[in-house]
Amino acid sequence: MSEDITRRIDRSHMQVSDEVAIDIRNMNKWYGSFHVLRDIDLTVHRGERIVIAGPSGSGKSTLIRCINRLEEHQSGHIVVDGIELTNDIKNIDKVRSEVGMVFQHFNLFPHLTVLENCTLAPIWVRKVPRKQAEATAMKYLEKVKIPEQAAKYPGQLSGGQQQRVAIARSLCMQPRIMLFDEPTSALDPEMIKEVLDTMIELAEEGMTMICVTHEMGFAQAVANRVIFMDQGQIVEQNEPREFFNNPRSERTKLFLSQILGH
Amino acid sequence: MSDTHAQTVPFVRDTMLPPATPPAAQSGAVLWLRTNLFSGPVNTVLTLLGLAIVWFLVSHFWDWFAHSVWNAGSLSECRQIIAETWGEGARGACWAVIRERWNQYVYGFYPVELYWRPTMAFGLLFVALVPVLFSESIRIRRIVLGLTIVLTLWLMAALGAPAAWLAFAAVVLIGALAISERNVAWLLVFSILYPLMGVWFLWGGSAWGPVMVLVGPILGWLAWRLLGRLSGLVATVAALIVPLVWWIGFAGGAARDAENLVSLAIPAVASDRFGGFLLSITIGIAGIAMSLPLGIVLALARRSDMFLVKSLAVIFIEFIRGVPLIALLFVASLLLNYFLPPGTTFDIILRVIIMVTLFSAAYMAEVIRGGLAALPKGQYEAADSLGLDYWKAQRLIVLPQALKISIPGIVSTFIGMFKDTTLVTFVGLYDPLKSMSDAVRASTSWKGIYWEPYIFVGFIFFLICFGMSRYSMYLERRLARDHR
Repeated sequence: MSEDITRRIDRSHMQVSDEVAIDIRNMNKWYGSFHVLRDIDLTVHRGERIVIAGPSGSGKSTLIRCINRLEEHQSGHIVVDGIELTNDIKNIDKVRSEVGMVFQHFNLFPHLTVLENCTLAPIWVRKVPRKQAEATAMKYLEKVKIPEQAAKYPGQLSGGQQQRVAIARSLCMQPRIMLFDEPTSALDPEMIKEVLDTMIELAEEGMTMICVTHEMGFAQAVANRVIFMDQGQIVEQNEPREFFNNPRSERTKLFLSQILGH
Repeated sequence: MSDTHAQTVPFVRDTMLPPATPPAAQSGAVLWLRTNLFSGPVNTVLTLLGLAIVWFLVSHFWDWFAHSVWNAGSLSECRQIIAETWGEGARGACWAVIRERWNQYVYGFYPVELYWRPTMAFGLLFVALVPVLFSESIRIRRIVLGLTIVLTLWLMAALGAPAAWLAFAAVVLIGALAISERNVAWLLVFSILYPLMGVWFLWGGSAWGPVMVLVGPILGWLAWRLLGRLSGLVATVAALIVPLVWWIGFAGGAARDAENLVSLAIPAVASDRFGGFLLSITIGIAGIAMSLPLGIVLALARRSDMFLVKSLAVIFIEFIRGVPLIALLFVASLLLNYFLPPGTTFDIILRVIIMVTLFSAAYMAEVIRGGLAALPKGQYEAADSLGLDYWKAQRLIVLPQALKISIPGIVSTFIGMFKDTTLVTFVGLYDPLKSMSDAVRASTSWKGIYWEPYIFVGFIFFLICFGMSRYSMYLERRLARDHR
């Protein structure tokens, strides 16, 4: 599958700039006395496409959830788009409106139509007029190839369609950074591809993306950097070709042999 | 096993089967009876047992209902008629008491010549409810408003309403129907004004009172607009304090002065004239309308991260739920006077409404908290990740779903509260069930009549509560969004 993806990717807009999008320094997080994230240092530049891999419980989801403060870190610094995440609620809301997030279980709002899901935040957070928000929403729904479902409720859509709506909903806020938290893990195999295609298209347009995923084909094709985490630490990071063909740490080798070995 | 494998013929389907219609369901009365009532020995025994119980009850009460008397001046006359028609020793219901005293059950001791006023208030209540309860369906609105127009005007005319008020009611009702056809949301203005209007129609007095009450929020809004440029916090505080200052310090005087200048008074009716279903429905509607928002606030407060807010909510809810309603009503009727500054008169019905509201708000809060807890964590996270602040997330994402989940519990609480309004008998108000029936029995002609008044009152309560229950089912169906 990775071969298949690689061949048709347009890399002309995939450029990494010098501008820092996310800067994480000495970040630590505990759940009670359990040390989930240990001394995380990570700098993400604008235009980077980072895939975070690792065994379950390694803290990858927690790490990206810290970036928009769905989880609170206890020490160290996280600076997103020049705004440091502290307890200041205004800053948090500002960062959240600039950072889009896609969840494993979609988390669409079941009481609203697909279109309303997409226009809610632009109207209430960005104060965009309704007409304009609807036009933008339709544009992104077309981009994820489900404009015809706009009037339906999320419960009427398949998993893959719901996840694409979730991506469109995030894009409607015109975020500068997108976080993906295992976006394909809850999907049937047949639907994984339609979601990955949407993500690849985003990458082709130069979106800064951080994806927690087990789709190694996607990582090889799209990522410019793969990060391997274990026990709350970044164990190895490298550009994908090196990462997959020439892993340095024993832990990474073991992990790769387990997920690619069959 | 290996045999079968060896013999398995490779198979590729060349034509796909077209979808077929499902087999026609077997039907018929006999089949229904067999599957539902006589499917096995246990079911058969239970069915027969059930039939026996039904037969026992019906045979026991049938002659009592069948021998009903509707026209009589007293209980003894009733008994005489039954004895003459059905023989000595026959039993029979004496509904004549309802026929003769229905007005007391409905209006209490409200002045007879003013019966049209509560009737009009009740009719207009439906206009106020339509945009809230039936905003989605124009067909239901037409039915509700059509019936309201016909019944209200007919009853008002029958009760001798003055022509001017009849015209007023006609204009409001027909205007409401016209607005409902165009844009029902405009009727919400009427819904907001209705409480003050309803209070004025019921208690009467000067219209300047409610008008001056209404001035409070307007002043608050002005203060908010003017100070909004300075600071958001100051503006919010001012918007809360200005109306309070106005109501406590100035509204009463302003209303008196205005009344002296231009009189807008209709005959006043004191609270002790209220009784029967007029009283129950007044307390019930006011309690329902106020306990839902208060319950929502309490439920949110109880889930708050702020220690003080959370503790206060928990203490309030647990205290109110731990105390019998009757104890609260006694507090309302006796103790509250000790706490209030001397000389303040504080209407007993208002005091009871406040206590009933607090009581059901505590239960409401727990019901809604259940709905909030049932909402997946992902919904909160999705709202957060889109940058919605706390209040927007609650209003747009959390509450619409949590309230929908809680509808059965909310309506149960409403129904329970409405029935609890009969407990006001303990503080000397004339509830329809106990006090009013006692009042009826106090006359020599109806001394000793028990069953008929209770059945009548119970039946009316049932109708209203059943209506609420059906509405909640309609609402659940209307709000159903998932196809699971």
